[in-house]
Formats: sequence, structure tokens, C-alpha cells
Amino acid sequence: MGLLDKLKGLLFGNEAVSEGKQDAKPGAKPADAKVEQKPIITKPKEEKPVADKITVGHVHMSGCTGCLVSLADNYEGLLTILDKYADLVYCLTLADVRHIPKMDVALVEGSVCINDECSMEEILETRENAAIVVALGGCACYGNTTRFCRGGQQNQPQHEGYLPIGDLIKVDVYIPACAPTPQQIRNVCLMAYLLLKGNDEQKALATAYLTPLMNLAAAGTEACGCDLMTEVINQGLCCGCGSCAAACPVRAVTMQYGKPQIERDLCIKCGACYAQCPRSFFSFDVCGQYESITNLIAEVMKP
Amino acid sequence: MEYLGQYKAVYKAKSGCEDILAKAQDGGIVTSMFAYALETGIIDGAIVAGPGSEPYKPEPMIATTVEELFASRGTKYSISPNISLIKEATRSYGLDKIGIVGTPCQIQAVRKGQLYPIGLRDVPDKIALALGIFCMENFPYQGLFQMVEDHCATKIDNVTKMDIGKGKFSVYTERGVNSQIPLKVTHKYEQPGCHVCLDYVANMADISTGSVGTPDGWSTVFVRSAAGEAAFNKAVEAGWIVAESMDGVKPGLELVEKLATEKITKNQKYLEHRAHKEHAALKPLRNPYI
Repeated sequence: MGLLDKLKGLLFGNEAVSEGKQDAKPGAKPADAKVEQKPIITKPKEEKPVADKITVGHVHMSGCTGCLVSLADNYEGLLTILDKYADLVYCLTLADVRHIPKMDVALVEGSVCINDECSMEEILETRENAAIVVALGGCACYGNTTRFCRGGQQNQPQHEGYLPIGDLIKVDVYIPACAPTPQQIRNVCLMAYLLLKGNDEQKALATAYLTPLMNLAAAGTEACGCDLMTEVINQGLCCGCGSCAAACPVRAVTMQYGKPQIERDLCIKCGACYAQCPRSFFSFDVCGQYESITNLIAEVMKP
Repeated sequence: MEYLGQYKAVYKAKSGCEDILAKAQDGGIVTSMFAYALETGIIDGAIVAGPGSEPYKPEPMIATTVEELFASRGTKYSISPNISLIKEATRSYGLDKIGIVGTPCQIQAVRKGQLYPIGLRDVPDKIALALGIFCMENFPYQGLFQMVEDHCATKIDNVTKMDIGKGKFSVYTERGVNSQIPLKVTHKYEQPGCHVCLDYVANMADISTGSVGTPDGWSTVFVRSAAGEAAFNKAVEAGWIVAESMDGVKPGLELVEKLATEKITKNQKYLEHRAHKEHAALKPLRNPYI
């Protein structure tokens, strides 16, 4: 397999490499079994495994702060991330910075109220100041519950137009769902770190991992439980596994006779069901290495 | 062996427990592994295909005791959306160590869910044992019903066992084999989503098992991951499972590989066909694999 061994070698030195070698076999991709066995690199163990951190900011648009709570729900894992891999340079709740600074990764929570000038300025500023813009959560990706807003609410009754950030700026990565899970946010942060600070192979792993989430961002700003019908069942792809029903945060999806049944009045348009579906996207290269990637994440998340 | 995935070891195996074997589809491996894992705390619950509201219609259930587990013995040739309970297992049931059995596509869903837990909060590190079963295709319940009642002319309520093997779909009643139809008759009832599947022996499971390759009453078992290896070896040591070498076993791994190759090459061709490259006037259908 090579890739992950090398990654481990770079992060932890050689001991980890020989130790991890046994179960680090090529990804189980039936279509493409010829995975080249690269020689294991020999590099002296580094004193400090991680050199420099990336800068991450949390931009709060019209959202409920649930996404931020989810980030914080990594508990001690968040401290590890902030300790080793990322500096939190902007976050109205957790960092004392008033204006959106230059940063590597902007995690944007919430949709944008186009009736609010400040929000419009901030989303523009975010795009201009961040190398990678991540739409964090259903509202930023797809509008989510803010899709149902029609104004008239206290104390800004004139605020009625809310757009997913992708309708206003170019977005690089999506993390759908309401709320996005702590583990998914963690994985994206770690992969963003590898993408920006890693060597070529680490970048390759991060790119392979992030590509499906980038494709979601490129695919548009509309999501609904109906996607299971239009993009999966109608396309003859549904295998009836039930991932969608498990992922739905509002139990709008149930499985009936082996296929999802969507209660559309319950659907909040967060995009979790479709993104979780193994037939929305599936990478043998990434998922085939689940064991070594999982071990790697566990290892790098050690305090 | 490129289509059989990575594995640490492969065995001819069966349950060491007579009670399990009495109602097992083949070697009773899944029931035995989960029973052992439940008894020893490797898992604290297992998501299995339990009995549903209609005969041979599986319904996913969470078994937290060996008794509950036993209610789900035997193969039901229809869709049991086991992954639908994977988050519920950590919530309502409060499980920290989940066992799950699934077809190859379901195991793929588990692994995708562990690496991309988009809507599966706190699930990724709670999958303790994922058992995969060999799978050529699956049938929606209405399709299975048609096969049994129409083609096999057997009332589904009277069926005691169904089996697919040696190119035939067999239906058993109390009097033994009641009816057999060639598998090719059943093809049109297959779930369409199965035709894009590129996995036959659950390459991403901790342990995968199925009847193909070993004599009647036995199962072929691939031990794949570190977690799978640890659990399987302990189950063998404790006598829950009898495992023997695959050396010299007929029809053996050659047959498993033959069927895997057949399934995957056929489905790869179908995926290519879906791209509609031969018809410029047709737009391509969506390909989920990247």
C-alpha cells in the first residue's frame, strides 16, 4: 500500500512503520488489485512530529451554533487538534478576534441573510481571506431549516431571504448534516492539515479523502430527502442498506420493503441522507483502507 | 485472488454448538461469532436480520442476548436494512461495542460511515465486529414472494428453509425439498442496485463467510482485520467454532474466486454500459464509484 505507511513514518518515525506494516495491505478494490508495493521509506525519527499548524476560523452566519457545538464536542480531541494541527484564528464564541483575518480554512456555519448587509460583507470577506472555504453543516451547504424562513420573526422581521453560502461564493468542501458530526469535522480538519502541510503522498491521501466532499460542493446548493429517490433509486443504484435512515436527524426516512420512504414534511433539507448513502459516492481507495486510516486517526488524535 | 480482497487467513469452519447448527443456513458462523462475542463482551449487542411481519421478510433488530440472536438464525433472501439501526444502537440501546452483520454493500456502508460519519454521530469508533456474508444478489420481498409462490408454487407460510446453491433456488417445507428452480429464472427479480455491486465476499468486513467453497454443513471463512482475527481465534479456542484448513477442500477457493470474478466482471461491464458510451444520444447514468 505504501501511502499510509509512509504517512505514519513521517509522522511518527520508523518504528510505527514496521509495526503498522502487517495489516497495511492494499485497499480491497476488486476492480484494481494491482497496488504497487513501494519500499518503506527510511527517515530518522523526528523529535517534533508536527512542524507548523494550519490556521482555521469559524465564521458564524445565520445558524444555530449547533455546528460549533459539534466541533467542540470533540472534547479533548479538539484540544489535540488545536495543540498540534490547527490554530483557531477566528471564532466569535471561542476566540477574541473581531474581524475575519487571513486563514487557511474557514468553517462557515449557517446560511447568509441577503437582507443583512453585514452578513453579505462577511461572506465576501471570508471568501477573500480563506484559502479553503468549508460549508459546515446543512444551513451553509443547502439552507437546511433556513430554507423555510419567510420573514416576520422577532426581532428582525424584515430578514426573510437566506441563501446557502454556495449561492453567493465559491465553496470548496461540504460537510452536510444537521448537526454535522464531531468526527466528520475532525476528519476534515486533519485532512485539511495534510493537504496544506503534508508532503506529496499525504496530499494524495487528503485529496482522495476530500474529493467526494468537494464534489458535493460542486454539485449545488439544493438537498432534500427526495435526492434518495432522484439520485439513487431512480438511477437504479439503491442497495437497501438503510444508511439514509440512520443518518436522518429528524427520522424522516424509514425503510419500507427494503427501500427508503421519505416523509417530506419532516425533511429539513440538511443533505445527510444522500451524502451518507454508499451509492452517492464510494471510494474503494479510501474506504478499502478503513483499518489503517482509522488507526492513523486514533494515533494522531492522541493528546 | 484479486477479487477476494485482503485476508489474514481462510478456513473451512462451522459452529461448535449443536443448537446453532440445527437451525443454521450452513455452518452457523455468524450466529456463533455473535453469540461468543456477546457472552465474552467483545460486543454488547448485534444488529441482525430478525423475523419480520411477514414470513421470510427480514426486519433489522438489535440482539443483546443470545436468545434474541437465535431468533434471527438462517438466511432470508430479502433486503434487511441493517445499517438503518446503526445509530439507534448507540442511542436508544446505548451500545458501545456494536456487532453488525451485512451483505458486502452493507459492509461498504459501514466503512464509509466510519470514515465519512456525515450523519452518524459517535458511531465510527463503536463498530466492534462487522461480519460480512457472501452475496451474489438480493431480492426485494415482493420478488422473493413471486419466486416462492408463483415459480415454486409453494405457500410462503409453509416454507421451512430457502437456499441458493449449485445453480438452483430451493424451497424446503416440512416434507423436505419441495421445489427447485434454476437460478436464471430468479435473475429478473433481483434488486437493480445489486447490478452495480463490485464486491462478492465482503472485502471490507472483519470476518466474511458464506457457503461457497466448502462442503454442505460448513462455511468458508475469511478472517480479514486485526479485530476479526482476535475475535475469531478466541471463538475457536473457546470451542464456539470449529475451524479447519482450506487446503485440499473441494470445491475450495477456486470456486469462490470463480464466482467472485463472474459477479464483478459482469457488474463492471454493466457499469460501463450505464455510461452509454456506445450511444452518443444517451446521457450517462450516474456512477457512484470514484
